[in-house]
Amino acid sequence: MVRSKSRRKLASQDRRGGSEPPGDDLSKLGDPRHLLGLDGMRRAEIEEILDSAFAFKEVLDRPIKKVPTLRGKMVINLFFEPSTRTRTSFEIAGKLLSADVINFSASASALEKGETLLDTALNLQAMRPDVLVVRSASSGVPHMLARRLECAIVSAGDGWHEHPTQALLDAMSLRERWGSLDGRTVAIVGDIARSRVAGSNIRCLTSLGARVRVCGPRTMIPRNVESLGKVTIHHRIAEALEAADAVMMLRIQKERSSEPIYPSDREYSRLFGLNTMNVELLEKDALILHPGPMNRGIEIEPAVADGPRSIILDQVENGVALRMAVLCRAARSVGASLEAPA
Amino acid sequence: MQRRIIVRGARILDPSQDLDEKRCLVMEGGRIVALPRRPPRARTATEVDARGLWLMPGFVDLHVHLREPGHEHKETIETGARAAVEGGFTTIVAMPNTSPPNDCRAVTELVLERARRAKLARVLPAGSITRGLEGKELSDMGELRDAGCVLFTDDGRPVMDSGLMRRALEYSSGLGALLMSHSEDVSLSKNGSMHEGEVSTRLGLRGIPATAEDVMVMRDVALAEEVEAPLHIGHVSTARSVHTIREARRRGALITCECTPHHFSLTEEACSSYDTACKMMPPLRPEADRRAIVAGMRDGTIQAIATDHAPHSLVEKDLEFDRAANGVVGLETAFSLTFKLVDEGVLPLFRAVELLTSGPAKVLGLEAGTLREGSLADIVLVDPTAHWTVDPKTFSSKGRNTPFTGWRLPGRILSTWVSGKTVFDRKEKTRSAKGRA
Repeated sequence: MVRSKSRRKLASQDRRGGSEPPGDDLSKLGDPRHLLGLDGMRRAEIEEILDSAFAFKEVLDRPIKKVPTLRGKMVINLFFEPSTRTRTSFEIAGKLLSADVINFSASASALEKGETLLDTALNLQAMRPDVLVVRSASSGVPHMLARRLECAIVSAGDGWHEHPTQALLDAMSLRERWGSLDGRTVAIVGDIARSRVAGSNIRCLTSLGARVRVCGPRTMIPRNVESLGKVTIHHRIAEALEAADAVMMLRIQKERSSEPIYPSDREYSRLFGLNTMNVELLEKDALILHPGPMNRGIEIEPAVADGPRSIILDQVENGVALRMAVLCRAARSVGASLEAPA
Repeated sequence: MQRRIIVRGARILDPSQDLDEKRCLVMEGGRIVALPRRPPRARTATEVDARGLWLMPGFVDLHVHLREPGHEHKETIETGARAAVEGGFTTIVAMPNTSPPNDCRAVTELVLERARRAKLARVLPAGSITRGLEGKELSDMGELRDAGCVLFTDDGRPVMDSGLMRRALEYSSGLGALLMSHSEDVSLSKNGSMHEGEVSTRLGLRGIPATAEDVMVMRDVALAEEVEAPLHIGHVSTARSVHTIREARRRGALITCECTPHHFSLTEEACSSYDTACKMMPPLRPEADRRAIVAGMRDGTIQAIATDHAPHSLVEKDLEFDRAANGVVGLETAFSLTFKLVDEGVLPLFRAVELLTSGPAKVLGLEAGTLREGSLADIVLVDPTAHWTVDPKTFSSKGRNTPFTGWRLPGRILSTWVSGKTVFDRKEKTRSAKGRA
């Protein structure tokens, strides 16, 4: 979501001139059905989504895993970037809610024939979905679609910007163990600058009252990182882990490593990897998170990833419940019941 | 012989002769013949009642993209020249990054011929520094100059090879031709889509650091000083560039530069809603840089306001932010955005007019931007009290990519004359717009 201040400033001007293509409306960004990002989202709103997710989690344990909440609703997963985990998670979440879920993977379709992203989205909208879940390699795509389309937009990750459902499911997993995030210290280690997971997590964790440390080589810490939330910056992993209550290891994005951000995997692993030695610096009951997919042996040693402190698989499970909550929220203004099943 | 025209009652603002007073202006035969204090007897003349209005030399824009040949869906020389005169510009310099680029006589002649046929603003072609804008070998600058090119630049791209840039400066200065640099180190700006800073971090957009401009301005200034060549630096956007140029000029280097209305009117914050109308190169900068630009305009470090008018169609702009084309249109909003600074009290009026008229004319050594007796009757008449709202639908440019949609701006261009001929008249435009409706 755009910062409320700038949104107000821009919305106050009439921007519906001829330069604006048809249907473009900046004020649509504020539609409460959307989940474009966590920037500017109030704590109460985040808590509300988490509460609802905990209620949905119970459905996963039922013998018959289905509730009728979104019966007759259509959800389209529009993925312009490859993804298995997130897409599957949204798909299962939609199906458990009895929505009709359609997967549209754009790499295998129109984009290769030269259609623009917007045209693809407008075509899908014409098939009258209630919710469009969108993933793109370009930052701001959820915002662009929200301005132009009528259906609810849920971001499944955009460029380096945000991955709101990932951060929410991380927060859910932490709250599940801790009850509250207030006063807890969470270290995020990795390529903060190019990670949408970090972008959403910094916003989410700080908003929920946690103290956040970010850690990585200077080439991985964005300029003005504090504009995302109140964080401390560390360039030594030992410093970041010291007495932290949780650590979130980010994936080294090998597919984006055309630029020299770090010298080698070996060097990165030695300086910034989480291993059986430095893991001892954490609080005794500290939790270990990873958004996946992992590069075992690079940012995280297998023994740590599979160790007792790891809640990596809890994250995946909670992801389904959290996305059920998000899909319900997105569909609510079009008539679905907000209530979680009894 | 053209009829005599007398414009009476206007306040005349002409920094080229330090003139700011109420006078009449008499033009005849395409030239200004007199600026009498009292109205001469009319007899056979056409009279224009300009009481309460301002009369200024036609504006000079050193930096516009007219897209023809090759990209006529974005703009043509005719539509671009029409947008120019609507914005008060009577002389515009057309950038060479067309398709094919202006690196040979044939393209230069085509530009001049199309402009002649349009009979609107004077269009002066700029030739490329390197053949095909490829940054590898020099264009035939002598032939291009003889064909009518007034400036040489690879604008849109830098000359990354420092050795080649040095040779280009030496060679062009020997010909008496001026080089304009597009100062951007692409190894720093590569793949970026907005200024690197707080807003890019918030939006998750790959940034372009200020140093991408700074180091190239420093390099180009150093090269120009060493070979004692004049150099004009295009679209200055950072505080450090302004500082570098100010110091170089103090040392006596032959450096001039320009800034754009969008860089002195907007900051990186404008990108906050991923509006691709705010995407251009160099990108919008933080407030401190914007202020440094305004300070440079005030103290003379910057000699010219240039629009970097860069029309695009929706095909290039209605895309993901990181995939959209760079550039904004500027000809039809430049004067009012400049006048807005005057209104806000941050730029003296006389200086503002200078930056649009004699300032840029002097950079190129042109006979333009002046109302001296005997000079070409390129004139603009402005209503300083009028306000208007920017609506790109009404633009004459084919490009609608403006970040100023909906802005309420002061000062309205009423009429523009080129060589004593009316090339724009707001009343007629309004009348024909009503007729269509």
